[in-house]
Amino acid sequence: MNSIQAPADLIGALDRHAPAAWLFDLGASVQAGFPSPAQDLGAKRIDLTAELVRHPQATFLMRARGDSMRDAGIFDGDVLIVDRAVEPHSGHVVIAVIEGDFVCKTLLLRAGRMKLKAANPCFPDIVPREGQTVEIWGVVTAAIKQMPR
Amino acid sequence: MFALLDGNNFYVSCERVFRPSLQGVPVVVLSNNDGCAIARSNEAKALGVRMGHPWFQIRHLEASDGLVALSANFALYGDMSDRMMSLAAGLGPTQEVYSIDECFIGLDGVRGDLTARAHAVRSRILNWLGLPCCIGLGATKTLAKLANHIAKTAERKPGSYPAELAQVCDLTRLSEDAHDALLATTDVGEVWGVGPRIGAQLREAGVRTALDLARLDTATLRGGWSVTLERTARELQGLSCIDLDHAPQPRQQIACTRSFGQPVTTLAPLIEAVSEFTSRAAVRLRAQDSAAGAVLVFVRTSPFRKSPQYSRSVVVPLAHPTQNTARLVGAALHGLRSIYQSGYALAKAGVMLVQLQACLPRDAQAGTTVGSVATSVRQGEFDFESLGSTRDAGHLMKALDEVNARWGRGTLKIASAQAQMPRHDEVATQWTGKQERRTPGYTTCWSEMPVVRA
Repeated sequence: MNSIQAPADLIGALDRHAPAAWLFDLGASVQAGFPSPAQDLGAKRIDLTAELVRHPQATFLMRARGDSMRDAGIFDGDVLIVDRAVEPHSGHVVIAVIEGDFVCKTLLLRAGRMKLKAANPCFPDIVPREGQTVEIWGVVTAAIKQMPR
Repeated sequence: MFALLDGNNFYVSCERVFRPSLQGVPVVVLSNNDGCAIARSNEAKALGVRMGHPWFQIRHLEASDGLVALSANFALYGDMSDRMMSLAAGLGPTQEVYSIDECFIGLDGVRGDLTARAHAVRSRILNWLGLPCCIGLGATKTLAKLANHIAKTAERKPGSYPAELAQVCDLTRLSEDAHDALLATTDVGEVWGVGPRIGAQLREAGVRTALDLARLDTATLRGGWSVTLERTARELQGLSCIDLDHAPQPRQQIACTRSFGQPVTTLAPLIEAVSEFTSRAAVRLRAQDSAAGAVLVFVRTSPFRKSPQYSRSVVVPLAHPTQNTARLVGAALHGLRSIYQSGYALAKAGVMLVQLQACLPRDAQAGTTVGSVATSVRQGEFDFESLGSTRDAGHLMKALDEVNARWGRGTLKIASAQAQMPRHDEVATQWTGKQERRTPGYTTCWSEMPVVRA
């Protein structure tokens, strides 16, 4: 069956003078007219996930809250793409675990010392105390910013 | 040769990935209705929390020992499981996902150092997902399972087994003496396929360790116990008898049971609950393309309360096996009405679809009678064919399942399951579960992703 007749009362509600309405099943195709020149190219639409996610199993999304990474282009409310398969290097924007909380900062490693640097002069950098271990949870590989809707 | 990979305290580990503050803290995950502990961190185990321990018996540990209890977040565990299984598949060419947190991998044809490979996969899962797991390798599935037990126990209880076997235990690498020594220090009850009952019988007969079982002669085994146990013993000797199960056998019965969020005393919410349970079971029935020959319904009070106890069940045979939700619900409600008695604070109800069989084409089905229905359970036959339309509902059920798959479970439902299922912020109906302590859908819901301080 390719089509379903809409119930009479629904049609009435839409337009009393219209002829009987039909709902078409879009799954059925009809051969007619000029064939698409693109048909045989097999081109696939750009897939955001494929472009932005290198390691699907290791990739997680996180919501940024705060302004400390403003100069790195990360604003309050942005969605961060976090890849745990990437080995953290100096200069990477990372998710670190500080006292049980997730913190987003730039990782700086120099002469065996670690610093988590804010990208906003109003915020202090985080320098782990002697003996304190900081876990780097993942590396931020992209940020998604949604405009006001 | 097989590997068994198994996540450590899987549900708790999944929660800890997104709540690092739970590291080192005693944590339990509670069953669907916050009824009892279904996963425990090592710290919680150390506090004496058992598997299935009722929550009200351990809740005092919240105040005294900082125990953290969470409601089960199966959306999260399911997603983390998918990720883990896809990384585990890197171990070898074939995989059988055995449960949400464990899988067998067939290693035949894999070259190189398998122990090193297992260590590499284990650390990849730990780094990429934050989930600790253990891997056991053995010549048979039973030995792989045993090796996994050794890998886990050696890590959790130092001194129980040689320390180098922690995390990854490869039994195929050991000398015969070392192999036998391990089996000799493993209780027979830890062997895959030996349940508590058989375990007790074996111990009584002097078979105390895995090695004792491996050395029992087959005649004794077959005479005294079962072919299954004989197979287990052979597997322990290194003779592979159980293949990888790529397409799991269809279930022989499908159950859906829940404890209520609060005690239920009247029939109306029970009808609602039983309709919903039956509908859920019916979806799974159709997914494996089976039909049910009978429906079992039960209700009971809580054994943990002092109030008057009541527990009844009934099996309602169907004249013709079916996978039609409406018919199954009808039978279940018929059974429910026959066992319901007012005056009891009912804590739990459930539905089980039994006497499952492959779904035959309708023509073939017409002549089928349920000759196999055990007369002992025939307590009232329910023949829907006589209740009017005999029209095949196959298309309707297919449409029902597709709509619910696309727009969410409960979009279309049988009317007796009620229109007021809690959707989003609505108040839960009386029978639905408590999930007061559930963590967000960190990986499955856009509005619930973890928050990071920037």
